Amino acid sequence: MTQEERRNLEILACKARIGAIIGTFNAKSGHPGGSLSAADMFTYLYFKEMNVDPANPCWEDRDRFVLSKGHCCPSLYAVLALKGYFAWEELSVLRHVGAMLQGHPDMKGTPGIDMSSGSLGQGISAACGMALAAKLDKKDWRVYTVLGDGECEEGEVWEAAMFAGHKGLDNLTVIVDCNGLQIDGTTEEVGGVEPIDTKFESFGFDTVIINGHDFDEIEEAMAKAKASDKPFAIIMKTIKGKGVSYMENQVGWHGKAPNAEEYKIAIDELEQQLKELEA
Amino acid sequence: MAEIITKATRVSFGEALCEAAATNPDIIVLDADLAAATNTSIFAKAYPERFCDCGIAEGNMIGVAAGLAASGKLPVAASFAMFATGRAFEQIRNSVAYPNLNVKIAGSHAGISTGEDGATHQCLEDIGIMRTIPGMVVLNPADHWEMKAATKAALEYDGPVYIRLGRLAVDSFNDPDTYKFEWGKGITLEEGSDITVIATGLCVLESLKAVRELKAEGKSVRLINIHTIKPIDRELIIKAAKETGRIITVEEHNVIGGLGDAVCEVTSAECPVPVRRIGVYDRFGYSGPAKELLEIFGLTAPGIKKVIEEELAK
Repeated sequence: MTQEERRNLEILACKARIGAIIGTFNAKSGHPGGSLSAADMFTYLYFKEMNVDPANPCWEDRDRFVLSKGHCCPSLYAVLALKGYFAWEELSVLRHVGAMLQGHPDMKGTPGIDMSSGSLGQGISAACGMALAAKLDKKDWRVYTVLGDGECEEGEVWEAAMFAGHKGLDNLTVIVDCNGLQIDGTTEEVGGVEPIDTKFESFGFDTVIINGHDFDEIEEAMAKAKASDKPFAIIMKTIKGKGVSYMENQVGWHGKAPNAEEYKIAIDELEQQLKELEA
Repeated sequence: MAEIITKATRVSFGEALCEAAATNPDIIVLDADLAAATNTSIFAKAYPERFCDCGIAEGNMIGVAAGLAASGKLPVAASFAMFATGRAFEQIRNSVAYPNLNVKIAGSHAGISTGEDGATHQCLEDIGIMRTIPGMVVLNPADHWEMKAATKAALEYDGPVYIRLGRLAVDSFNDPDTYKFEWGKGITLEEGSDITVIATGLCVLESLKAVRELKAEGKSVRLINIHTIKPIDRELIIKAAKETGRIITVEEHNVIGGLGDAVCEVTSAECPVPVRRIGVYDRFGYSGPAKELLEIFGLTAPGIKKVIEEELAK
């Protein structure tokens, strides 16, 4: 991609991070850490990769996205708002009574959300069902899903991986956000889920390991995914809490909202990054 | 009198799927390595390109069904009742029912009549489990004709449906020329004024035999077949409670959470009358031939008749 394109994506991702902080701060709850680690990927998917139309969110031939790690929706919502699916102001009432944006994605209430999710392990199965539907209809739209590395401790993930490999769902791209942290500690301490890449390979996937904050690497991985005749898993190494200094690589920021003081620091830092990108 | 067809409702279900598929190209059938038992194999043979064996992974199967439905397909996911509703409960709740996706879930080998396989496979909780999920329709057809009509209706309905299938071959009692399946409507099979028996599934025929014997003995017993346990026919139940003053429910299910409780929920709020629940009393089953087990658990005509007599004597 051109330097200009990359810069644009970085600007959008920075705005998405600001949106995730606004959302979780106003909700007084939510999951900033994983929202920030996956923000670059969401940005790339909606602004570079996927064939979607915000004016027609239910367009039959669109590419589909399932946020299997549903709790990281604050930055996804921000990306959807930036893309034009709904107003940015919705973020400031995230998780409030009567709000459109639920604590976990709700396909019935939120334009742009292709599948309700939040119970870990289930999104990848739904993504397999969508990929199978495209195959049955001989359509060339693709399905993307983002999982957490901790989420891969769920047995259903591997049921789904076996299904995708066995049914030859080469229109499915699974992205694993490997930030190395989950609620109770590091993924290494808690569940021993690694190595994730060879697990997917043994279930019939082609895989690649990339830096999930590098748009050039993301672009290259997406090209490989489309060229592969197998389902594809992008194992992206990320920093949980990326972009907010005191949240980076801190397990405590998995599911906690910033207080007023922390909010100000986070927004200041991100706005500074944005200013530098826009300069 | 219509010809009696002796057939397990799982077979009738498999046949009905096939018939519906002829005119509806969106129907996709999923199974979890039990196609020969659930009888989705009938569909698989006729429409192999629209059949997907998901392997022994019920949770994923339900998730795949949700994804298919979210993409405009009409998936039917089948397994044993135990694994479909037990193992995959949470996938059904969160991936199917919460987004109100058009997925049909079929649970075969329900109840004690699963027989020799024993307690692990005799699902006595599925109706209760499915009934607690918002928006979930729960169907429990009683014979061949009712199963065919219910399957057709479920496929025409837009939304999640659980349909309970039996393993044991049972005699049909409905007349295909006059039978009419009405969504959410109970069917009064016998009129009567002293007591009402409300039965579901395989227990309807056994209740019918018991009630007819009592009628021959001069007793006035009403019999209602409830094929749609949710949404239940409140009107018919309240009417029966008011007119007969006493109800007996009959089901091949734990008395906790099943038809009996569903009936009590209506009567307790609208017209409190004594309700005696015939079913399995909060215990597991065990291995044995289906017919013997049904008799031991009091779910055949003699056992049902005895309870009706006890209640009439009160």
